[in-house]
Amino acid sequence: MSGSQLSGPKSLADLFISFTLLALQGFGGVLSVAQRELVEHKRWLTPEEFLEDWAVAQIMPGPNVVNLSLMLGHRYFGLRGALAALAGMLAVPSLVVLAIATLYMHHSDNAHVAGALRGMAAVAAGMIAATGVKMLATLSRHPLPLWASVPLTVAGVAAGAWLRLPLLPTLLVVGGLGCWLTYRRIP
Amino acid sequence: MTAPLHIVLAWHDWLDLFFHYFLLSFMSVGGAISTTAEMHRYLVEQHGWLTQAQFNESIAIAQAAPGPNILFVALMGWNVGLNAGSHAAAVLGVLCMMVGIMLPSSAITLLASAWGHRNRELRAVRAFKQGMVPLVIALLISTGIVLGAVNRDPATDWPLWTLSAVAGLFVWRTRIHLLWLLATGALLGIFGFV
Repeated sequence: MSGSQLSGPKSLADLFISFTLLALQGFGGVLSVAQRELVEHKRWLTPEEFLEDWAVAQIMPGPNVVNLSLMLGHRYFGLRGALAALAGMLAVPSLVVLAIATLYMHHSDNAHVAGALRGMAAVAAGMIAATGVKMLATLSRHPLPLWASVPLTVAGVAAGAWLRLPLLPTLLVVGGLGCWLTYRRIP
Repeated sequence: MTAPLHIVLAWHDWLDLFFHYFLLSFMSVGGAISTTAEMHRYLVEQHGWLTQAQFNESIAIAQAAPGPNILFVALMGWNVGLNAGSHAAAVLGVLCMMVGIMLPSSAITLLASAWGHRNRELRAVRAFKQGMVPLVIALLISTGIVLGAVNRDPATDWPLWTLSAVAGLFVWRTRIHLLWLLATGALLGIFGFV
């Protein structure tokens, strides 16, 4: 599936800097930015590859975006690549978060600060949902027919957003069913 | 910045902190945020190393700030260290808790993904990665909905709902830079429109 227009990171420094910049744009979580940068701008991954890697990153223990950066770094440059990507994801953003926390201690009762955070959180929520909606297009190229993949997606949304079920049973039931059906469809 | 708590941590306490987060890492499927109830029991209730307010703020600030949400663990470590009396201790707290929470999960992820990549032609591996796709899309959409619905009543908070929906439409249909959307949300909040 890897198209000819796909590229990859040029060096360890490129990996480190790319993931640092990616993390620093991620207010309220890095996921929507990761999809934008890795798939649409840098073209390190196709939308399908992004979703497949994301599935692995999500099911493994640990923060999913950090897992994704580890996996990508490892694929291009081995263990050194994984460490460079991990450092990019965590080093500078840690310093920024500590600085923000120190500032916040002095301004936590300020209504403007609270308002700005509220507005940004609302935008971030819309961004994450839209990233998922955008990814729906990949279902048309999925081995499962739409009459199977769309109900699975709807069931997953209902379980997470409406019934508020914990992740593990949803993974086992909806994820397990998806894997089993796919296994039967592919050669 | 004066710490709201004054605690004394011996070297075995730091070690205990490290191993506790090391164990939590194995259980952090879905992100470390899914183990916060256990962190709360350990840090606030059992040991009294963090106040309730520090615990809540560590999570809230890390979610609002740029960077992966896992950095709430770094903030908790920083605050435990400040409570123990110095910035050196704060750095030690960050290192103990971040290395603890990251080491096992990163090692497992690397081993599993390297194995999966070597065996990527196997029918079972392909079925797993492709079969999870509908659920992965569903989790993205429902995470957005859950985050958008936190502590909000549609009757009074409809401007926030509208803002989330409009931001989502822009992300879906345009290639506008995400930071412009976030800046707009911040400005609307500062001027009290949402």
